[in-house]
Amino acid sequence: MSRTQPFPRFDRLERAVHWSNATLFFVLIATGASLKVGSLATLVANRALVRSIHVYVGLLLPVPLLLGIVAPAGRQLRRDLGRFNRWTREEQRWWSPRTHHDARLGKFNPGQKLNAVFTGAAIVVMLMTGSIMRWPGPFSDSWRTGATFVHDSTWLVLLVVITGHIVIALRDFDSMRSMVRGWVPESWARRERPLWWAEIVTARGASAAAVGDVAAGVQQRLGEPGAGASEVAVGDGVEARAGDGRRGRDL
Amino acid sequence: MTDAGTPIGRRVFLSLIGVGAAGVLVGGKVSAWLSDIASPVLSKDVSGLSAFLPIEGFRFYTVTGGFPNRAPVDYRLTVKGLVDKPFTLTYDEIRALPPTRLTKDFQCVTGWRVRNTHWTGVLLSDLLRRAGVQPTAKALRFSSFDGVYTESLTLEQARRQDVIVAYDLENKPLSSDHGGPVRLYVAPMYGYKSCKWLEAIEVVDRVVPGYWEDEGYDVDAWVGQSNGRDDPATST
Repeated sequence: MSRTQPFPRFDRLERAVHWSNATLFFVLIATGASLKVGSLATLVANRALVRSIHVYVGLLLPVPLLLGIVAPAGRQLRRDLGRFNRWTREEQRWWSPRTHHDARLGKFNPGQKLNAVFTGAAIVVMLMTGSIMRWPGPFSDSWRTGATFVHDSTWLVLLVVITGHIVIALRDFDSMRSMVRGWVPESWARRERPLWWAEIVTARGASAAAVGDVAAGVQQRLGEPGAGASEVAVGDGVEARAGDGRRGRDL
Repeated sequence: MTDAGTPIGRRVFLSLIGVGAAGVLVGGKVSAWLSDIASPVLSKDVSGLSAFLPIEGFRFYTVTGGFPNRAPVDYRLTVKGLVDKPFTLTYDEIRALPPTRLTKDFQCVTGWRVRNTHWTGVLLSDLLRRAGVQPTAKALRFSSFDGVYTESLTLEQARRQDVIVAYDLENKPLSSDHGGPVRLYVAPMYGYKSCKWLEAIEVVDRVVPGYWEDEGYDVDAWVGQSNGRDDPATST
């Protein structure tokens, strides 16, 4: 069997959450910069409008993620959040240049986990400090100055982290494309994320009788989306089928 | 293979939020300290990149939608009202008057403070002497060419030696965002008294509260002694 066939990684809901987040972050960084940085501030004609946009988009920022978490279709998202939480001893070897290539990884590498955890915490911190800045009434001057300081500092770190996220994504095209089309080539999964690959294959094997032939299992699962517990079936049967149709071209 | 991992992600997540909350509590002090150690370097920063740093600096306010723009050649300042000789000055005429330099902290009523700002301008009291204030006069009313903003000072306040009609900040012509080409700088009071985009000074017989004073800010806006704040004085 060919190893370049589609191996579902992010379902439709996860991708929607990711790109909603990305869009909101982009608007917030742009409007925030134009309010804060003097040389840009003078370019902005309608300050009050930019400020309102920044505040309302800021309040929207946690919404896609929260909706995804509570949505019935968010089962894979919730499972991936659980993956961000659990850090194994084995994958910590990934951080060291010496053992970097030996580390056998699950669905996410430690850098991706840290990125996700940081970004999640940053959303909370920015929301908290931004609210103090916008509705300062009940807070002391010291808190207001502190909130401004934290908001500005976190913004700076976010700029670095998001830039890094994009740069690293651009260096692994297969991985980055999976946030667009939902799947990675199976060869990629097997090579880069062997534990995740094995986990999915085993899960499929458990429900598809043909343990030996993974591809057969895939085909079978694709025929009945929604059944079973594997990422293929639960995650995105429809997308995977679309990928199935493209397979000929991709090969 | 059986290592299911330790729930470190959640701990990191909560710790980061904790750091953020702690930052709110101590950030004001950290920020002031950073500004102090960074100011010798930043005063030489011509790139403007320091605006990205989380240290104290000017924040720009306008009560209209944007920053009003007026080129120095089109600029006029009028002194009128209860005076013997009302007059209007051009930008160049203002710059030709004897200059006064002030180096003071700039304190905003919303909490931020910029240390050691260098201002250059003309003493307001010089302009008043030139116009000849009449005996019935008690106060001044300032208006901005943004068409909306107004401010006030009593005559006594206006005659202080740390109140100027400013045209330079940090030895550079005032930019539009800072209230240029010409603004008021009332060193001992909160920033809102320092009317930006100054267009007219009217001598009147009583204090008429300005734009923010109508919104509840104190008319006598001494730094540290008004608006319920206890900041250190900026000018004595």
